[in-house]
This record gives sequence, C-alpha cells and structure tokens, in this order.
Amino acid sequence: MKITAQGAGKDFIRQSAGTNRFTAVQPTDIEIEPGKLTLLMGRSGSGKSTLLNILSGLLPPTTGKVLYGNDDIYAFDDVKLSDFRNIHIGVIPQGQTAIQSLDVIGNICLPYMLKRDTELKSVYPYARELMERLGISHLESVMPAELSGGELRRVAIARAMIRKPDAIFADEPTCDLDDENTALVLGLLKETAANGTSVFVVTHEKDALTYADVSYRMDSGKISSEKPNR
Amino acid sequence: MKLTESLSFRNVTGHGARSLILVILTALMAASVVCGTLVVSSLRTGLEALEARLGADIMVVPASAVSKHNFENIVLQGSKGYFYMDRSYYDKVAAREGIEKISPQLFLASASSGCCSVPLQIIGYDPETDFTVSPWIKKSAGGELKDLDVVVGNDLSVFVGNTITFYGVTCNVAAKLDKTGTDLDTAVYTNMNTIRELIRSSVELGMNEFGKIDPDNSVSCILIKVADGYSVDEVLNDLNLHVRRTKSFKTKDMISGVSDSLIGVSDLIGVLIAAVWVLGLVILFLAFYMSVNGRKKEFAVLRTAGASRKKLSGIVMTEALMITLTGAVSGIMIGLLIILPFNGLIEESLGLPFLLPSLPTAFICAAFALAVSVGAGMISAAFSAYRISRIDTGLILRGDN
Repeated sequence: MKITAQGAGKDFIRQSAGTNRFTAVQPTDIEIEPGKLTLLMGRSGSGKSTLLNILSGLLPPTTGKVLYGNDDIYAFDDVKLSDFRNIHIGVIPQGQTAIQSLDVIGNICLPYMLKRDTELKSVYPYARELMERLGISHLESVMPAELSGGELRRVAIARAMIRKPDAIFADEPTCDLDDENTALVLGLLKETAANGTSVFVVTHEKDALTYADVSYRMDSGKISSEKPNR
Repeated sequence: MKLTESLSFRNVTGHGARSLILVILTALMAASVVCGTLVVSSLRTGLEALEARLGADIMVVPASAVSKHNFENIVLQGSKGYFYMDRSYYDKVAAREGIEKISPQLFLASASSGCCSVPLQIIGYDPETDFTVSPWIKKSAGGELKDLDVVVGNDLSVFVGNTITFYGVTCNVAAKLDKTGTDLDTAVYTNMNTIRELIRSSVELGMNEFGKIDPDNSVSCILIKVADGYSVDEVLNDLNLHVRRTKSFKTKDMISGVSDSLIGVSDLIGVLIAAVWVLGLVILFLAFYMSVNGRKKEFAVLRTAGASRKKLSGIVMTEALMITLTGAVSGIMIGLLIILPFNGLIEESLGLPFLLPSLPTAFICAAFALAVSVGAGMISAAFSAYRISRIDTGLILRGDN
C-alpha cells in the first residue's frame, strides 16, 4: 500500500514555556512505496521519530494529511483508525516496549489478542517462524523481565510483523543489537519490503543505508533526499 | 477467545502481588459492609419481632412490684421474676373507657427443670381473652393449647412432641415459637389451668412460695389493646390516674429504649461503613492510578498494536472489575461466615433484640455489599481509565527518546 504524506507537519507547545510553539516537523511531502525499504536518517531531536509517528497513524499532524492509498487515515474516527493500525500497520517503537504480564509469544501475538479475530493457537506457527528468524525461538515462554535489551527489540520486531501488515514503521530497530543481529534484522526488514510491504526505518546507523531502496535525511524538522550508499 | 487469553486477565494474574493486595482491600470493604448491614437488619428484625410478640398497646403491672427497669427486664427480656396483684385490679382496669381488648398474664419462675440447665420464666395466659400470645401459638401449634400443654421459646432445646417437667408435672411441648432474638426465646407459655397445676404441685413439693398465690384471684400483668377512637396516651393517663396501686406503661415507650439503642448502633455502623468505603475508595483510587501511570508505556504499545482509546479504558475497567469482583465475593463469604455462626455472641454483646433476617433480606444485604464494593473499585478505576484513554501515544513513545 502506497503511503503519502501531503504537507504533514507537527508543532508542539513547550509545556515549560506556556505558549512557546516549536516546529518538530515542517510541512513534509513524502511517498513510501510498497516493495521498498525507505530509510530516514538524522541526528537525535531532528524530528525523525515524530514524522514516523505521524506516518504510522499515532500522532495527528498539525498541518497536512497522511494517505494510505486514497484514504486519509486522520479522517477516521479513533476506533476505525485503531482497527486500521491493527491490520495494516506494524510499528516497532523505540526503547523497551514489552507488555510485562505477557510472555514472549504472548507479546508477539498481541495484535491478535487485541483484535480477537483469530484463535491465538493458529498464529503460533508463524510467530515461531519469526522467532526462529530473529534468533529468539528458545525464549517463547520467557517473561520480559528476564530478557536483555536486544532480545526485547527482536520481540518488538516480531510483534510488528506478526499480522503481515501492509506497512512497517521501525524507529531505531537496531539500537540495542550487536552487528550480527543488526544485519539479521535489517535483512529481515529488507526481505519483508521485497515481498511487497512498505517499510519505513528511522535510524542513525549509517550501515543501514546499504539496505535502503530510498533514503532521506532530516535536519531540524526538514526532510531532504539522501543518495543510498550502495 | 477464552477469558485466560484476555489481556486484562493476564495483567491481573501477571501482577500477582498488586492484584492480591487490591483483592484483600476490596474483600475487607465488602466484609465490613455485609456484616454491618446484616447486623443492622438483624436488629430491626429483632425489634419488629419483639413489637409483634408484645402485641399490646398498654401493660399494667402492680405499682409495688414495679421498678420499671425490672419490669422491662421481665417483660421485654424474659428475665426470670414474678410479681402479683389482686384480680380485682383486672376488673377495675377492664371497667375503664377506651379498652377494646384486655387479657391477664401470670408469671411463674421455674426451678431447674429436666430439660433446662437454667431456670426459666413461665408465662400463663388466658386463652379466652388473650390477643398477644395466641396468634403466635396458633401459628406454631395450629390450634388451642390443651391443659398441660406448653409452648416453648425458640432457644429451648426441646422439640414438639417432647415432654418437659416443672415441679414434678410433666407437660407436653405442643409448639415452638418463632425466634424473637430476645430472652423471651427462653420463656415457656401455657394456659391458666396448667399454671394452677404447677403452683399446686410446687406447694406439695415445698419448693417455693407460690402457695400464697391464688391463680384464680391473681394476675401479674394486664395487657390492653386500645379501642378505635381513643388514643393510647389518653387511656394510659386515665389508668394511671384512676386505677391506684398499679402502674401502666405504653408498650412503645418500653421498647423505645431498645429502639433508641438500635438507632444508635445503626448510626455507628453506618458511619463505620461510610468510613471504610471512603478509605477503600481513596486507596483503590491511588492504587489504580499508580498502576496505570506506571504502565503508560505499555498502554502506548497497545495503541501501536491497534488498541482504540475505548479498548484501553476497557482493559483498565475489566482489570478493576475482575479484582473487585473477586474481592467482593470473598469478602461477602467471610462476612457471612462471621455473622451466621456467631450471631448468638453478637446478640449477647449488643444486649438488643437480634434476629437474623430472612434469606431474601440477607441476599439483598449481600447484593448491596457486592454493589458497594465493586462500585467503589469501578469509580476508583474510572478516572485512570479515562486518563489513559486520552494519552497521546506519539508523545509517550517520543518521550522515551
């Protein structure tokens, strides 16, 4: 599914300064094509994560709109948008994002647990396949408190992919991973993109450029094209 | 999807210690509410039973025997004791205006009997004129008492068809009265012929001084129902003014002390329930608030996975429902296990008529406790649920940078 941002920008008001508005993302036009891995690089605080959240339906833009195909997702009501995210969008957020009361396979199958449209047991084989690919198959029944940062990242990646969504948004997906696992994760995202999914990755790892089909750079909320380093 | 696959269930069981503390807190709240309402309800039922059993508007007793306190102990609480006046007073009272029904009673106190480990009060009544005991006896025995038949209070350990011996006279237990929740439950009722026989036998055995008493010419207490068109106060004043050497009491005044105590105990219990409820509400509110606040990131993750704002609220409220329902049901069971087996002890310690309510009333008390406890939990969780439904996922995830 093609994702298009038309003039999508975001202003915030600094809580400590009352009415002091600042622009995190300037009005941005960008297209994320299915079958391609789109990379966004930039410094910390440049607005990359904000743009990712806008594109993935998690943060309504102050200006502009975001289209999935021809649908403006921010015109949906909350229930419809949430349902849309559940089915069509996989998000790998920054940091540790496990549900502490669920074991690894429970965390991976979370989108199905929320939607309740499929017997959980029927999705276990694919969950196990993803765990195998990500090198965490031995952790199926382990609780998040017992996992390392890298393992938790890979659980979040599997969770984003479990529903085979049309679009995957990854915010620093390799930040806790060693080189071997970084290559493994980026390779998996690249393969997913090659299978027709729109993949959008935010990172500051320059090595990721080798996996990108399209890449952008963001500075002070403004996006610009960056030539892939092939 | 099975319950065990629901996220709320996993959250509740996954945070065992936190959930257990909240369950215990709700259980305490429910137990205090069910115990409190059952005690108040039992006191009310006891008072109603006492009022119904006394039946009369006015009671007349000999002035010489009356210290009101003793009189009330004997009449209201069934304490062992007796006093007598000449039957002519009965005729004088009956001749006054405003009296619809009038009936005498004669009190005896037994020595230790074959069936009873403690001495008990024997109350003789006149079946021809009685309007206070007979309705209860008819209800229990299904008819009039024959000579040497007795009707026993509910707390006596004899059964219908058994015999019971007073002063060597064997009497048949014709009926057992309903419980009143007072010491009247240890009294024995019989007709005047049987009383005569007991007095005669006690004199023969030399066991007491009833020999001075002529049952045909003595009464202990005269019960009066006031006729329509007359006020109880009017008749009471008339009797106290014109029938000398007697003292008349309004039944309602006699039990007003009991009623006042009941109101006092009810108020105290009400205050305690309210205090426990408010305290529980505050603690549950803080517990849910802290729990939800500590899981903000988790709720943001749920949003990324497709949970709507409504769904997030639903998760919080379902967790609260699971916890408070478990706590409330446990608390109600604990409350019932305290009140039901120990109601005798409670009656003794309160010194008030205490009669467990009917099953439907007890069920209403339990349902009330359930509603109050679960309600407190749901109100406490509602703010947190609302707050978490308003979270801005993007900002929370961004705040983790």
